[in-house]
Amino acid sequence: MSKSRAAAAVVKRGSGKSVSKRLRSYWQLYLMLLIPVVLTIVYKYIPMYGIQIAFRDYKASRGMWGSKWVGWKWFERFFSAPNCVRMIKNTVLLSLYSLLWSFPIPIILALLINQLRFNKFKRTVQTVLYAPHFISTMVVCGMLRIFLSPSGGLINLIAGTSIDFLSESSAFRTIYIASGIWQDAGWGIIVYMATLANIDASHYEAARIDGASMFQRIRFIDLPELVPQIVLMLIMSVGSLMNVGFEKVFLLQTDLNKATSDVISVYVYQQGIENAKYSYSTAVGLFNTMVNIVLLIAVNKITSKISDDVSFV
Amino acid sequence: MGRKKQAGQLRGLSDRTSDIILVVICLFVMLLVAYPLYYVLVASVSNPYDVYAGKTFLLPSEFTLSGYKALFADNSIARGYINSIKYTVIGTVFSVLMVYLAAYPLSIKDLPGRKFLSIFFIITMYFGGGLIPTYLIVKETGLINNMWALFLPGGVGVGNMIIVRNFFEHSIPKEMVEAAEIDGASKWTTFVKIVVPLSRAIMAVMVVFSMVAYWNDWFTAMIYLPGQEQAPLPLVLRNILIKSSASASQASTISGGYAELNKMTEMIKFSSIIVAAAPMLVIYPFVQKYFEKGFMAGAVKG
Repeated sequence: MSKSRAAAAVVKRGSGKSVSKRLRSYWQLYLMLLIPVVLTIVYKYIPMYGIQIAFRDYKASRGMWGSKWVGWKWFERFFSAPNCVRMIKNTVLLSLYSLLWSFPIPIILALLINQLRFNKFKRTVQTVLYAPHFISTMVVCGMLRIFLSPSGGLINLIAGTSIDFLSESSAFRTIYIASGIWQDAGWGIIVYMATLANIDASHYEAARIDGASMFQRIRFIDLPELVPQIVLMLIMSVGSLMNVGFEKVFLLQTDLNKATSDVISVYVYQQGIENAKYSYSTAVGLFNTMVNIVLLIAVNKITSKISDDVSFV
Repeated sequence: MGRKKQAGQLRGLSDRTSDIILVVICLFVMLLVAYPLYYVLVASVSNPYDVYAGKTFLLPSEFTLSGYKALFADNSIARGYINSIKYTVIGTVFSVLMVYLAAYPLSIKDLPGRKFLSIFFIITMYFGGGLIPTYLIVKETGLINNMWALFLPGGVGVGNMIIVRNFFEHSIPKEMVEAAEIDGASKWTTFVKIVVPLSRAIMAVMVVFSMVAYWNDWFTAMIYLPGQEQAPLPLVLRNILIKSSASASQASTISGGYAELNKMTEMIKFSSIIVAAAPMLVIYPFVQKYFEKGFMAGAVKG
């Protein structure tokens, strides 16, 4: 022990060494970072720089950096596209409704499960609730298609009806949001449970002696403890508000439910990958990103006023 | 004491009553989550006509494994399974390696440029080039139809890296690292001999996260690996689960009833769901305590 303390003292003195000496002793650390940094530059930063094709007329022969500049042409085309307003509206509404419904549920579940006093049962509940998170969106959408089938589908069997839910545009948002809650609400409790696990047990004992009911313990001990975490999660969710889950919409979209399922991310994929309109698709995607950034900054401003001790990143 | 207890009962429900209500709520939520999976499992081993007639809500009827046999009779499924295993193993090893290589240097407090490098990585969590610019760069680096297109572009998981970095900062005893360095060990030796063995708990979490991500991914493969032979399992299942259901419902509207073939397709759908979901569902309970701890290490210090 005393040896290691002495070692710590030496290292402390060592950290005062000049930058060039430190650089020399740290070269292996920089070498470790080499591959991750190169990959990040090539596959993250160069594509960011490549967003400029949104303002060019991309031609494969001329490449990303040599195609002709066309200014705002693609943005103008998007804003005059017949479904533009519908797509923006669907994207915003689908995200907003998802957030409204899916955000509070993990918090409520965490508060309830945290009150369970039989540890074995508590663990079992958590294990079961995590399960859907480990299933591929592809499989979840396959299940949804089976359950929602008009003939022999589980929902129709239970309700005694034969509705083709995936052809009803009025049902699409409910399907999307409900299945999202089914898949990820359980997983969402983890961060809250982690915070609640840090609460000193003596608080509960004191509250119990004072005769506080379960509801009062949740309200006055647990909830205040969760507030910083809730604010942080809210900021992160709103920042990706326009990142409506591409995968599920793509897999559940049918010609008949497009009135509500037509969203920007699917359009970006169809225009870009399927129709190879690279510049146009990039412009639409960029518009989406800009909206996200504005939302992120706005929410960050608002919430930082509400709670000072939560900082971003 | 007695009076206080009474006061508590007056204010709200007694502890026992609220415990019972709580357990009932939790049982109900568990049922909601687990029943769809249970139903698929039961239906996958039942006579499809009985599934269609709603006779398999609780127990299988006329137990059969013909759905599974038919599923694996198709070569593309077995190939997809092998592809998925290959991608999951290589992808997991590669991702965890990248996360470790980036996280350790960034956990060293006096590394010159540490802050800049952290921001360099974190920015990519919030901003990106988007679908097409990334696609074009992947194409220009020659990765279309190359398995590495699945690993290289998304290989550095920044969220995971932050969790691991926090673990290195808070859970590796500094004295051990310092003692090793006093004894003349280089940074790399310290990392390999001391830090990596001490971080098994967080490594388990990273392995599970990466495994789940690669096993379940199909979008990356759909864009970058257009060849049928390279399709991972979920992408192969797309033909069965998503595309055929459209044609099946079309068929039902035309003929007014299901043909034998359609019944078989329905069975294959159920069994394919089980086959695709089972591996991860079997694995995760064993590492549950690790990923719960992993989140604790990454949780906000309130």
